Amino acid sequence: MEFDYFTYLFLGGLTRGSIYALIALGYTMVYGIIELINFAHGEIYMIGAFTALIISSVLTMMGLPDAAVILAAAAGAVIYASAYGFTIEKIAYKPLRDANAPRLSALISAIGMSLFLQNYVLLAQTSDFLPFPNLIPEFKFWEPYSHLLTSPELVILGTTVTVMVLLTILIKFTQIGKAMRATSQDRMMASLLGINVNMVVSVTFIVGSATAALGGVLIASHIGQINFYMGFIAGIKAFVAAVLGGIGSIPGAVLGSLILGWTESFFTGYISSDYEDVFAFLFLVLILIFRPSGILGRAESQKV
Amino acid sequence: MTRAKDEIKKSTLTALWFMFLTFPILVIRVNTVENEIEWRWLNMAGIGIGTFFLSMLWRYMIRRQEMGTKTDKHDQLSLVQRLLLNRKLFFSVAACAVVFTLAFPHMFSMYQTSIMISALIYVMLGLGLNIVIGLAGLLDLGYVAFFAVGAYSYALLNLHYGLVFWIALPLGGLLALIFGVLFGYPVLRLRGDYLAIVTLGFGEIIRLVLENWNAFSFGPSGIADIPKPPFFGIDLSLTGTTIYIFYIIVALVIFTIFVINRLHNSRIGRAWIALKDDEIACQAMGIDKAKTKLRAFGLGAMWAGMGGVVFAAKTSFINPASFTIWESVIILCTVVLGGMGSITGVLCGALLLILLPEYLRAFAEFRMIIFGAVLVLMMVFRPGGMIENVRQTYHFKKSPDAAPVDS
Repeated sequence: MEFDYFTYLFLGGLTRGSIYALIALGYTMVYGIIELINFAHGEIYMIGAFTALIISSVLTMMGLPDAAVILAAAAGAVIYASAYGFTIEKIAYKPLRDANAPRLSALISAIGMSLFLQNYVLLAQTSDFLPFPNLIPEFKFWEPYSHLLTSPELVILGTTVTVMVLLTILIKFTQIGKAMRATSQDRMMASLLGINVNMVVSVTFIVGSATAALGGVLIASHIGQINFYMGFIAGIKAFVAAVLGGIGSIPGAVLGSLILGWTESFFTGYISSDYEDVFAFLFLVLILIFRPSGILGRAESQKV
Repeated sequence: MTRAKDEIKKSTLTALWFMFLTFPILVIRVNTVENEIEWRWLNMAGIGIGTFFLSMLWRYMIRRQEMGTKTDKHDQLSLVQRLLLNRKLFFSVAACAVVFTLAFPHMFSMYQTSIMISALIYVMLGLGLNIVIGLAGLLDLGYVAFFAVGAYSYALLNLHYGLVFWIALPLGGLLALIFGVLFGYPVLRLRGDYLAIVTLGFGEIIRLVLENWNAFSFGPSGIADIPKPPFFGIDLSLTGTTIYIFYIIVALVIFTIFVINRLHNSRIGRAWIALKDDEIACQAMGIDKAKTKLRAFGLGAMWAGMGGVVFAAKTSFINPASFTIWESVIILCTVVLGGMGSITGVLCGALLLILLPEYLRAFAEFRMIIFGAVLVLMMVFRPGGMIENVRQTYHFKKSPDAAPVDS
């Protein structure tokens, strides 16, 4: 029994961590390339979940089969979230980059964007919690293990692993991946060598937003409800995970997310659930104080 | 002609893009309880037309800004800036403003006075945050936590020990200062953007602790019946107290302006400004980075604490819901809109942002979305704010009788 509870918490933490990882990837990729904390990233994730909810409800009412609804909702969420990510970059960050504005300005602009998007969804939709349909079916073959890990959780794990593999392939072996790596090392040099830096930044935003949207759809159908404010806490936690692993490093983001997921899961399971969110913030503060470069990050040396 | 065509084409494309972008969220609303879908096509038309013109304006502004950076900026002081530099004129305007403020509670209703008190509390917070952001260049997103420290210290000290307002006011400021130094000490060596997130974390920790630690702070239900400040032992009527608090906050704002104005040109104020411009050069000149930053952080926190005490006395009820991160963002917004580092700017920014939504009730629900837009637009088009801080510059003028230099 004792061991079963431990396994349950372990797998719960794993699921939680994988969702954080899907969001943290976007943070870490954007930071790796333009050194900006994209504060609006959590809002992209929220918009992904809302789009999925709207599309799935409309299609269900039209009487489409479940499988088609799932695929259409996920695809719609990914497309729209990517479009939002792309547009946000063009409006709120690109003009600042062109004008060589200080980093503080970009961060303030990002906070403004986050506030704007939250209230945009609040005004256009509702401030209430909306029930989110459980899109993922129960699998027959998984039944013996479902007391430890439900089928939706299995899907979450599977999706995360697939996304990680695809992302690694994209960054390691494709031309645009190569351009991304070059840009993150030295933006000026990359542009001198004929890399279209603006295009690379846009692609980064699109890829990051797409993974965040997947995370949004998965967690919404896992928890069963969404509201306009869901992106804030999730975004902060994903940021904590990204910093923990070493911001800018993709394996670091995954590692950090899993560690955060497990610690949260064990903390709430064995100690107390009252201070769950305080815990994440405390974690962030402690990491930044003692090891700002994170677990897998390189310590930055300042050039004079 | 081709340029006009090009413009129209670009704007049309932008409009179409935004119509696509806002389609699911702005047009469709699903009622999951009754299984109904509401199609709001009117919104889509509005977005299309709106973005068409906005996109034109956007590109025009971007072009103008690019032109602006090329030309010399020194001669382009705005009207307000020139007014500020002209001492005689400035003093007469300031005197008028002071007279108007002193007469305000007698000219307008109590409701107006009450709104004005809230606005002035924000002015004070904005000026305090201005020390941290505008002068020292540290982005503090947990500023409202110190406001909460002030408010709660008055409420709790009064509840348990019966401390009166006038003792609580400096004590609240002092407690906030201590919190600021305690929090600031470990995190101030972090780089700017990390600092912002850590302060945000601290802000949320304080709020969550206040919400969950029922034995200490009475949890989400908050503390009620906080007494108003006493007036030499005389019981004032409700109107009298409101006017009294109004004068207290006016005095505090004037005191704040005085202190910041003195700080601005002091050794430490200049150290802040230098630190904001270039940390490395600053350290090379022998300025202790950590100590200087900590001073700014602590002083900013102190003002938030005093603002918190006045806030608690004014509303006579506080709960953790008044101290969310978005409150910090609103204060940040007043500073950014007004002009970082500029006292007049922050004053105008805070009054504008807090008073306008009060009087334009129809737009009240759009308040936060407008704040968000303001932050982005100000950063893109006018990073210096409405009333830009005039930096002291020295010009080398060629004297007419100087010997011509052969080149």
